[in-house]
Amino acid sequence: MIEIQNLTKTFGTGAEAFTALSEVSVTIRQNEFFTLLGPSGCGKTTLLRTIAGFVDPTSGTMTLDGADVLASPPYVRPVNTVFQNYALFPHMTVAENIGFGLEMQDRPKAEIKQTVGEMLELVQMTPLANRATSEISGGQQQRVALARALAPRPKVLLLDEPLSALDFKLRKEMQIELKRLQSETGITFVFVTHDQEEALTMSDRIAVMNEGQILQIGGPKEIYDHPAERFVADFIGETNFLEAELVSVDGEVAETRLPSGKTISTRAASGRAGAGKVTVAVRPEHALLEPPGALIDGKLENIVYFGTDTHYHVMLDGGARFVVRRQNQPDAVEAYTIGDAVGVSFNPGVGQVLRD
Amino acid sequence: MAETREISAARRRWMLLAPALAILVFAASGPLLIVIMYSFLTPGDYGGVIWSFSTDAWFNVVAERDFFDETLSFSDAHWSIFWRSVKLSLMTTAVAFLVGFPTAYFIATRPKATRDIWMLLIIIPFWTNLLIRTFAVMEIIRNEGVVNSVMIGLGIIDEPIQLLFTEFAITLGMFYVYLPLMVLPIYASMERLDFSLVEAAYDLYASRWRVLKRVIFPLVKPGVIAGSILVFVPSLGAYVTPRVLGGGKQLMLGNLIELQFGQGRNWPLGAALSITLLAIVMIALMVYVRSAGREEVSHG
Ligand SMILES: Nc1ncnc2c1ncn2[C@@H]1O[C@H](COP(=O)(O)OP(=O)(O)OP(=O)(O)O)[C@@H](O)[C@H]1O
Ligand SMILES: [Mg+2]
Repeated sequence: MIEIQNLTKTFGTGAEAFTALSEVSVTIRQNEFFTLLGPSGCGKTTLLRTIAGFVDPTSGTMTLDGADVLASPPYVRPVNTVFQNYALFPHMTVAENIGFGLEMQDRPKAEIKQTVGEMLELVQMTPLANRATSEISGGQQQRVALARALAPRPKVLLLDEPLSALDFKLRKEMQIELKRLQSETGITFVFVTHDQEEALTMSDRIAVMNEGQILQIGGPKEIYDHPAERFVADFIGETNFLEAELVSVDGEVAETRLPSGKTISTRAASGRAGAGKVTVAVRPEHALLEPPGALIDGKLENIVYFGTDTHYHVMLDGGARFVVRRQNQPDAVEAYTIGDAVGVSFNPGVGQVLRD
Repeated sequence: MAETREISAARRRWMLLAPALAILVFAASGPLLIVIMYSFLTPGDYGGVIWSFSTDAWFNVVAERDFFDETLSFSDAHWSIFWRSVKLSLMTTAVAFLVGFPTAYFIATRPKATRDIWMLLIIIPFWTNLLIRTFAVMEIIRNEGVVNSVMIGLGIIDEPIQLLFTEFAITLGMFYVYLPLMVLPIYASMERLDFSLVEAAYDLYASRWRVLKRVIFPLVKPGVIAGSILVFVPSLGAYVTPRVLGGGKQLMLGNLIELQFGQGRNWPLGAALSITLLAIVMIALMVYVRSAGREEVSHG
């Protein structure tokens, strides 16, 4: 439904020119909870503001439901935004804020009243309808901002880190609330966050961004289990990186030889073929701790107990560090002690060869 | 113990307030009381007052007694001057708003670094003597002035248009002189305006005009009210500008008052007119502030 092709945005000119988005291409589907995830300054807000119409891209195209919208001003696009600072109108009540978009669309008074009532119900703000926006809490302001953006029934709702100002508990509640609203309204959500956990739990699909580029687009499991690049693997969760030699590639499967001399089949990197040195990423919880003689041997350096699981830090024979995470079982006796010679292994297909 | 501390706190508050109160009492109320007192005395033959009670001055503010048959009639001259003062001051305020608001908006939306330069350009004329600025306006609009010469030169008109010594000239002059007083307070509230609210309104289908009307204007309204008062009040009592640009033909209240203390040698009437001016200002402010406030309530 939103098709973005080779979108580039350069701020400033000459020596001060700064490319905030470079050659971004992405398709966002109907009724999707789509998340833009990336570190601060990577261009998430810029991309969102381009979709809303506040940023004029330097080059590239964008269509909404097949129609070119780059030339349309924000007040024409059927796209609404939940701003990071909420941007509620301070001179209007909660209900007036929610009705503002409908009023600007010149909808009939009766319809506005009804929709505002429904929206207040939806975000559970009915008792506070006539409060000033300065007289409600941060979480309530957030809900009003959401209701205000949803009221005109946009085709796409853009949310720029809407939960970042909330405390942990409220944040968890609002995450569930947002998901519920998205499935109830059937509106496409484009959600910005730099919180990887938030992205993984809420999204249908995630685009991981860095330095103005989209590095990988995929479902949460796809992104987590099979990161395409070192940056993605590093940014989301914890990962072990192993230097290896690419032996052969057959479609999705790549045979790699580890420094220990043993070979293991891993998932091939998309768009990378041929022999040579590669990096294999393995999640700590996908690896196993075994007696020596496993895939790679090493020495147990540290054991860190986390309650739900335990992390084993292993110094591999080649000199690299490797972490194995094991879920704790009740009444389990710790079989290893620090300083033991141990082995590390993982199943075929678990490792992921990185593109870079 | 606590009580004495409270007392000393109260005393300290009074001590801190004392200088301001003293200035208010002696510098503001004092002269005002003297003016009120003078308005109930009899004029002296060569100016000044004679210490005998009389309400003639107040009577003369609104009415005049025929010299020969002693019949009473409304003082047309005074009423037309009152009316002109109010009318020209309102026009000055309106024009200053129409020009000042976009100017303030323009400056507030410039990059931070260049805003101060624009503000400086607005303020610089203020550093020049009022009389000099007024004569500058005169130089522009007089019959041989810039406007008429250019228009004649371009063949738009054959004869110079009489701009000087008209109500137009006075309004133009006052507008020019008081414009910064409109721009400054509007700019101050505009600069504090959170422009993400403007974006939010754009995002919610408000056209440019509606964003201005529904979001920007209500939020900078305190600045507009302050600016309007700052322009209206001195316009109403303006003396130099109407004197120079009205050429003594188009009198305003300030000139009328000056006349009574000068050539007219009627200090009590001058005093009564001064208090009338003050009353008009107070009434206008009350009406204005109340209606502006009510609009706010109805808008929510
Ligand atoms: N108007 C602008 N002029 C110049 N540079 C800009 C402008 N807006 C953004 N940038 C730059 O573009 C880059 C991307 O900014 P953007 O706001 O999109 O980041 P972000 O991913 O949203 O970061 P955050 O998580 O901190 O909000 C930043 O380096 C920023 O400094
Ligand atoms: Mg941002």
